[in-house]
Amino acid sequence: MSSLPSAPAKIPIWRDVRVLRWLFQIAVLAVVGLIIYWIWGNYQTNIERSSVQTDLRFLDNPASFTIPGNDFDQSSPVRAAFVQGFLNTIQVALVGIFFATILGTIVGIARLSKNLVVKTIAAAYVEVIRNLPLLLLLTFMNLAVVLQTFPRIEDAWKPLDLFVISNRGLAIPWFEGSAGQLSLLVLAGIVLAVIVVRLERARADKVGRPSRALLLGTLALAIVPVVGWVTLGYTWTLPFVDGRGTSGGLRLDPSFFALIVALVVYTSSHIAEIVRGSILAVPRGQGEAADALALSNSQKMRIIILPQAFRVAMPALGNQYLNLIKNSSLGATISYFELTQIAQITVGNGSPAVPAFTLTLLVYLAISLFTSLFVNYFNRRLALVER
Amino acid sequence: MITWLRRNLFRTWWDSIMTVVFGYVGLWVIWTVIEFVFVTGRWEIIQVNLKLLLVGRFPDELMWLVGASLTALAFWVAAVAGGSKIDLNNVQTIPHRLFDYTRRFGLIVALAALLIFLAADIAALLLAFQVLGGVVAGRLVGLARRNLSVLGAIPSIIWHPMLASPAIALVLVTLMESTLEEWGGFLINFYMAIISIVLCFPLGVLLALGRRSSFPIIRLVTTTYIELIRGAPLFVLLLLAGVALEFFIPPSIAPDAIFRGVTVFTLFTAAYLAEIVRGGLQSIPKGQTEAGKALGLSTTKITYLITMPQALRNVIPAQIGQFISLFKDTTLAGAALNILDVLNVGTAITKQQDFLGQGLIYEALAFVALLFWVGSYVMSRESQRLEKRLGVGVR
Repeated sequence: MSSLPSAPAKIPIWRDVRVLRWLFQIAVLAVVGLIIYWIWGNYQTNIERSSVQTDLRFLDNPASFTIPGNDFDQSSPVRAAFVQGFLNTIQVALVGIFFATILGTIVGIARLSKNLVVKTIAAAYVEVIRNLPLLLLLTFMNLAVVLQTFPRIEDAWKPLDLFVISNRGLAIPWFEGSAGQLSLLVLAGIVLAVIVVRLERARADKVGRPSRALLLGTLALAIVPVVGWVTLGYTWTLPFVDGRGTSGGLRLDPSFFALIVALVVYTSSHIAEIVRGSILAVPRGQGEAADALALSNSQKMRIIILPQAFRVAMPALGNQYLNLIKNSSLGATISYFELTQIAQITVGNGSPAVPAFTLTLLVYLAISLFTSLFVNYFNRRLALVER
Repeated sequence: MITWLRRNLFRTWWDSIMTVVFGYVGLWVIWTVIEFVFVTGRWEIIQVNLKLLLVGRFPDELMWLVGASLTALAFWVAAVAGGSKIDLNNVQTIPHRLFDYTRRFGLIVALAALLIFLAADIAALLLAFQVLGGVVAGRLVGLARRNLSVLGAIPSIIWHPMLASPAIALVLVTLMESTLEEWGGFLINFYMAIISIVLCFPLGVLLALGRRSSFPIIRLVTTTYIELIRGAPLFVLLLLAGVALEFFIPPSIAPDAIFRGVTVFTLFTAAYLAEIVRGGLQSIPKGQTEAGKALGLSTTKITYLITMPQALRNVIPAQIGQFISLFKDTTLAGAALNILDVLNVGTAITKQQDFLGQGLIYEALAFVALLFWVGSYVMSRESQRLEKRLGVGVR
């Protein structure tokens, strides 16, 4: 520590790290800006050359195509087509996520079963499906299963007389009455279920007994719609073959059916791996503690293991849900009228490609962002509260 | 025996029911598959169209280029795999090793044998031996680098491009020699995947570095790019590239469908790869960077010499997973850009004059599925094995 070299009074500007950092960033920004400028310039030249529209006016043009299964007709504006496509995408996403989660969880648990047969079948399912392209599964469902193997409507399969399966789609028993009434009743059921679960949890905490919140909640959820339905004088209807189509029940489009099955099968194989990994990530001591408390196997799984496993699984599950939503765009390859198919048709009918597809991409982006917000919210709710 | 049965199959009455029901289902599926493969399946459609399925209308006189680039690729992969210093002190007996190899690559060999059998062509057999030769040569070169100090002294940044260059050169020559319209079948899926993987890797690493950079503007730009791409479905991006790419580039370049596909796959996978690499970088303890600083290394050197190699090694399984999904997703290009990839050829051959209306879609799709399944399955098994060997997180 004798004599430090005296620091220069002022760092020269070309060696000042702070200045250099900003210079570097400005340089990068300039390069990115130049690339964007170049692309934008190309875009301007090209649209002038081919004189296509660049704004969203095309949304008001008549769509000049029909979407089966609703009151949308040829004179409706393109805007309405996009809205219908959006709704169909949401529908596929919700139904797909629901079934993929259930199937994936079951297969994931089955992979850890002590039963050799169950374990092997689950492992084979996961390994076969996971390594196949989704588009191949979808093509298989559409061309091989629905269009080739399903019978014509004249000799449709009617298992138990509950379903009608033909290459014109699948018809399942469904409630009679309007969708609005049904959703109101379901909503009432959900409200009641939430109240029941809250009360039961509080009671269980006070008495110190295991809570039966799940059982009672499910009952409440089921009872309100059923009772409401019966008192309103409605029943459910069974589908039957009616000439060239089916009547009664709920008719599912063949392409909808193929898309849902392919998405559910594919995504569930990924979810199964996540569930399996998460169950293995729950410390062994938890299961052993459950055994020590003499909980039954199903109690152990339901009360101890799965809640902790889902805490670990939530972020990865959210990713799979996002993938499923984005993969639903493949419905366009089998003419299911979801967002991408609508965009493809309108562009084919002469709508400008760049705005139409940009709009589509933005809608998907919004759906993705919304889903990740939702998943993050759940993630925070489930996260372990630490000191 | 009885104990084993009781323990594994009939633990409780519920267990017994499960065993019987699922055993029945499993046997039924196996039986159906065997019956389909050996009895009811009409495989002439595959045999007749084998060339179309694998390489499309690729000119015969250029097939040697495909063979040569495949060999060079095999050489590259084998040399990189053989050059890793991990299994040095893992001495095994020869039968043990043979068993190990059979378990790892038996499926690929079986698939190759099946294809050669279907082709019934001496050229196919020669090609197989050529590729096998490439693998052996690569393995030897890898061993040589491990054991000879002369070769071992070559820095990786020279060594790896050196290994890769014959493959890349041959692929480029193949691309230039043939017109892209002649490409088809599985060749397209395979090459699109390979080219996109090679191209997206540097971009993905740069994006990851950008997202972790201390420069706010760079962080903003890269994060925006990554999140925008990750929020978009690949299929829509491909459609957009199919009808709108020409709006964004100078009119003098006329993009081909395969070119569009490779562009989208590269840009798309780079965003996902960036997130994987970022995860790897985050897993490196801070002490590593600090040690580098203590040694007086510059930030670039710390990244290049210390953190990045460890980060890339830690996320090899995730990277391979991403590459597998890229490989599978190449089928989307067929649907979105009207490329005659193997899936499109597979559905098209059932509409040929000779096979129309005979319901042969099962056979066609089964063959396509086999190609993808064997490729993805072997890759994912290898990545699991690598994960175990690297011992990420278990040391």
